[in-house]
Amino acid sequence: MEVIFVLIAISLLMASFFLWLFFKAMKSGQFDDDYTPSVRILFENKIKEENKKNQTNKSK
Amino acid sequence: MQKPDQIPNKQTEATCYHCGESCKEEVLYIEEKPFCCTGCKLVYEVLQENELCEYYELADRPGISQKESENRANRFDYLLDEDVVHKLVDYQDDEMLHITFSIPLIHCASCIWLLENLHRLHGGILSGRVNFLKKTVQIKFKREEISLKEVVQLLSRIGYEPSINLSDIEKKTVKKIDRGLIYRLAVAGFCFGNMMFFSLPEYFSEAELLGNGFKGLFNYLNVALALPVFFYSATGYYRSAWQAIRQYKVNMDVPIVLGIFALFFFSLYEIFFQGQEGYLDTLGGLLFFLLIGKLYQQKTYDTLSFDRDYKSYFPVAVTRIKQDREEVIPLSKLEVGNLINVRNGELIPADSILLAGEAYIDYSFVTGEEVPVHKQKGALIYAGGRQKGNPISLTVQKSPSQGYLTDLWNNEAFTKEEQPSLDSLAQKISGKFTFTVLAIAFFTLAYWSFYDLPKGVQAFTAVLIITCPCALAMSTPFTLGNTLRIFGKGRFYLKNAHVIEKMAAVDTVIFDKTGTLTDIRKASVTYEGTPLTEESKSAIKSLVNLSTHPLSNRVNAYLGNLPLVKIEEFHEEQGKGLSGRYKSQEIKLGSLTYVDGDWPEQMDSGNLVYFAIEGEIIGRFIIKSGLRQDAPKVLKEVGQGRQVHILSGDHNHEQGYLSQLFGAGVKMRFNQGPIQKLHYLKDLKYMGRHTLMLGDGLNDAGALKSSDVGIALTDGVTHFSPASDAIMDARALSKLGAYLDFAKSSKRIIKSSFGLSFTYNAAGVYFAVQGLVSPVFCAILMPISSISVVVFTTLATNILANKKGLRFKQY
Repeated sequence: MEVIFVLIAISLLMASFFLWLFFKAMKSGQFDDDYTPSVRILFENKIKEENKKNQTNKSK
Repeated sequence: MQKPDQIPNKQTEATCYHCGESCKEEVLYIEEKPFCCTGCKLVYEVLQENELCEYYELADRPGISQKESENRANRFDYLLDEDVVHKLVDYQDDEMLHITFSIPLIHCASCIWLLENLHRLHGGILSGRVNFLKKTVQIKFKREEISLKEVVQLLSRIGYEPSINLSDIEKKTVKKIDRGLIYRLAVAGFCFGNMMFFSLPEYFSEAELLGNGFKGLFNYLNVALALPVFFYSATGYYRSAWQAIRQYKVNMDVPIVLGIFALFFFSLYEIFFQGQEGYLDTLGGLLFFLLIGKLYQQKTYDTLSFDRDYKSYFPVAVTRIKQDREEVIPLSKLEVGNLINVRNGELIPADSILLAGEAYIDYSFVTGEEVPVHKQKGALIYAGGRQKGNPISLTVQKSPSQGYLTDLWNNEAFTKEEQPSLDSLAQKISGKFTFTVLAIAFFTLAYWSFYDLPKGVQAFTAVLIITCPCALAMSTPFTLGNTLRIFGKGRFYLKNAHVIEKMAAVDTVIFDKTGTLTDIRKASVTYEGTPLTEESKSAIKSLVNLSTHPLSNRVNAYLGNLPLVKIEEFHEEQGKGLSGRYKSQEIKLGSLTYVDGDWPEQMDSGNLVYFAIEGEIIGRFIIKSGLRQDAPKVLKEVGQGRQVHILSGDHNHEQGYLSQLFGAGVKMRFNQGPIQKLHYLKDLKYMGRHTLMLGDGLNDAGALKSSDVGIALTDGVTHFSPASDAIMDARALSKLGAYLDFAKSSKRIIKSSFGLSFTYNAAGVYFAVQGLVSPVFCAILMPISSISVVVFTTLATNILANKKGLRFKQY
């Protein structure tokens, strides 16, 4: 059953790691604006698409 | 680019391709796309040139009407001033400049898209990043390729003019967001979760299966995890409790801190000296739930500012005349004796003397007077008014910070720090609660000490632990938090949760008239008398067109689109009327004495403008101030069980009409300046009344501040609103009565949930005094009582909101 000692240590370390990640995300301002990114991700970048098309045409 | 043709407004009503407004006055076309004004068309052209028309695909007619935009080339010149730039920017070095603009006009996905694609409009702009909730955009650009002024001009050209005002420049402080509470909550949650894991085997006697080594280990891990909770997460409570005790008062945090100390130290004693498991997981859970309650109560509205003063109303720049040349300088550089130019619609930045031009100053926002004041050459003009009409020249008499208007802010009402109210419901009972708990605890200790001292100590701490008012402390934040959210969805935004408790006590409601009960833009005009021919309508229109008086403007708007005719010998007698000659007939428009004729009935209702040809009255226009639609209904609802007063900066020509409309019970005062309003509110307070003031302008700022609850009414929540406890969208005004009632109900809900948590406490104490409380018992009772209180308050507030018709869909 001694393996439980190791498991406890690992679980505590992992939990602390997540807590640290949360702090980091908070500090970087990830939770300050929870609306704009949801809109931003839906924008298409037309220029890039055109470039891609050109490239694929060339490769053909 | 093809030239648009102007097409007279005979077609079916077109809606502007850019802003979606119906094109009433003119329609301009590009490629069969209609535009309502040249401004909108220009924006479209700019976007089309740069292949940014995707803007119009993301949202339906996303633009902002450009009708009222001004296009003076030099109005951003103050942005060339190094001091101003330095105060506005976030970061700058030799190459780059980062700046955050506040753009209240941001409202849809298209806005975000366009503002984040600014680099396609100008190569010097590196990036734009929008924060939709705060309505800001951070722009980074290369200083060599584009200047700050050019960036602002560019934004203005595409219809997103940033709002830059005096307060941005005077106090550019980086707003630090207080994330402390969230960190505390995160730590408490982390520790609580892990402590639960280590405590569960103990509760189910699994630890014995694992052997004693594990039991000890789990206990010591719990102690290690409890340390951050005790020394970090709970610190806010220690501070608050200590502050209360220092003032010889007891607040809700005192019994909480007692409970926390009892839990922590008794558990340490049990673990280290008795080899038992202690109550540390309960401690973690307690803090976790308490902090959630605190966070829930802390609802803030990002885009709103509740403490704006006159500085956010003032412009940043003024046009100064120096050696016959106009220059635009920042307001801070304006000196006494300077010559300034003020154009139509611009604000008078400082108390000054009129040198040239005809001044019609609209003080509606400052004094509440609806009708502009005419000033003669040589008159002193106070800061804060807006010029209507032709440009005027002034010499500055006082610096902007010492004017008549800004004097209001030196009043003691503004300099006094607001005392945190200690008479809230929770505060009142916590004193009695704490003493009862301590009495029971010591009585228990005394009783047991005759038989079994160790058991007595255990029972003593158990009482303190079990009565730790977790559920009690959560009823207030959750009820108020819910109420705050329900109000917020109904476009009524409170500064904080305490305002609700103050609202519940309100017994006197004071309304400002201009802008609050009335909507200046909604003034109604009716005509009675001999029907007017098209020709005389045209003549009247031409006559009023020459005048800037507000009544003329209203008649003008009422007559609509008519061809103008030539008027000779035009004369305006200020405040009385207009006269002129049309086809050699004398026509007059104005008050009864001015037109000098007879009119049978005299009814005092609104402003009357008579129309006479050759001394004979043809008819009259009745101009009523545009009362908001629901104003009479609101006053009636609010008046039930409360006194209602109306304060107006206006003169009393409408008193009869208003009292007829609102009923005789409403007390009305006219000609009230900002200071008089402030004193009126103070007097009411001395009389022991709990006041709620509803106002909209700077002239109400003093009254809003000195009332118990000051609500600023605004047509757009991002517009300027004076400092207040709450901001209400004008559309929510009709529900004011319901909001006040709901505030009362939420107080009742708090009381009932107090009852609920007292029941839990009583049950707990029953076991605690007998020394029967175990860690498992605590670990179960504490979350159950807290969660049931939360469920109760949430359900109760939502059901009541439904009943009162305050349920709104998220918009």
